[in-house]
Amino acid sequence: MIMNDLTYTIIFYLFAAITVFSAAFVVFSRNVIYSAFSLLFTFFGVAALYVFLSADFIAVTQVVVYVGGILVLLLFGVMFTKGIMNTELKSDVLHIVPGTLILAGIIGALLYTFYTTHTWMQTEKQLHGSIVERIGYETMSHYVLPFEMVSILLLAALIGAAFLARFDRLDHDNNKS
Amino acid sequence: MEHLLPIGLNHYLTISAFLLGFGLFAVMTRKNAIVILMGVELILNAANINFLAFSKYNGGMGGVMFSLFVIVIAAAEAAIALAIVINIFKIFKSVDVSSVDTMKE
Repeated sequence: MIMNDLTYTIIFYLFAAITVFSAAFVVFSRNVIYSAFSLLFTFFGVAALYVFLSADFIAVTQVVVYVGGILVLLLFGVMFTKGIMNTELKSDVLHIVPGTLILAGIIGALLYTFYTTHTWMQTEKQLHGSIVERIGYETMSHYVLPFEMVSILLLAALIGAAFLARFDRLDHDNNKS
Repeated sequence: MEHLLPIGLNHYLTISAFLLGFGLFAVMTRKNAIVILMGVELILNAANINFLAFSKYNGGMGGVMFSLFVIVIAAAEAAIALAIVINIFKIFKSVDVSSVDTMKE
């Protein structure tokens, strides 16, 4: 290992803190724009954790698809549906008590299970280094059918989205006349 | 304090549990459809962290490939969901999901 163990641990905890706290801000902030920009930090933190998990290709894909695509799409949705400086951007909250109970219950139950049951059985041959080449081999051998199917699904979904959100010519003509 | 230092599987599972909890909280308690979509993205990211963590400590490639497909599905889901949200806004003039109570115009 090139990096010092302590440095590695500190950097891991830094990115873990960024991820968890910005995710909490996404959920608990009342302003939709703040939530969207906080989601940016969550996605970057998660991408850094993917690098720690030696999935470098997935990390780059995460940055390209989530930050470059989904987040821009979400911001576009926010600004398209309301004016950006509109005070009505503050979104209401309902079912706050059962929501909080289930939030605490799920996190508590999962953490209790993780830390009290038993140690995980880990293999000797953990993934390390770059896995881009292995992803290429797997995509073109074992996973070639899911790969093609997911490409057709993505094409169909994008055509469907463009069809659903298209500019409605009929409505526009009616409004003008 | 001893078990905190070497980064192991439990650390990643803990982060993933937090993201899952926050995402579920957003889906359950918010009325704005776009914040609900953000919660769904948080849940998908939590699932991805789990896949990759188990894949690393298992030594196989199954989790890595699956997380790649999850990202593709998330992109498709976000595009379709935002198209639906924009349509809801056209009809109801708001993105408040608790006011959407009819299936016909």
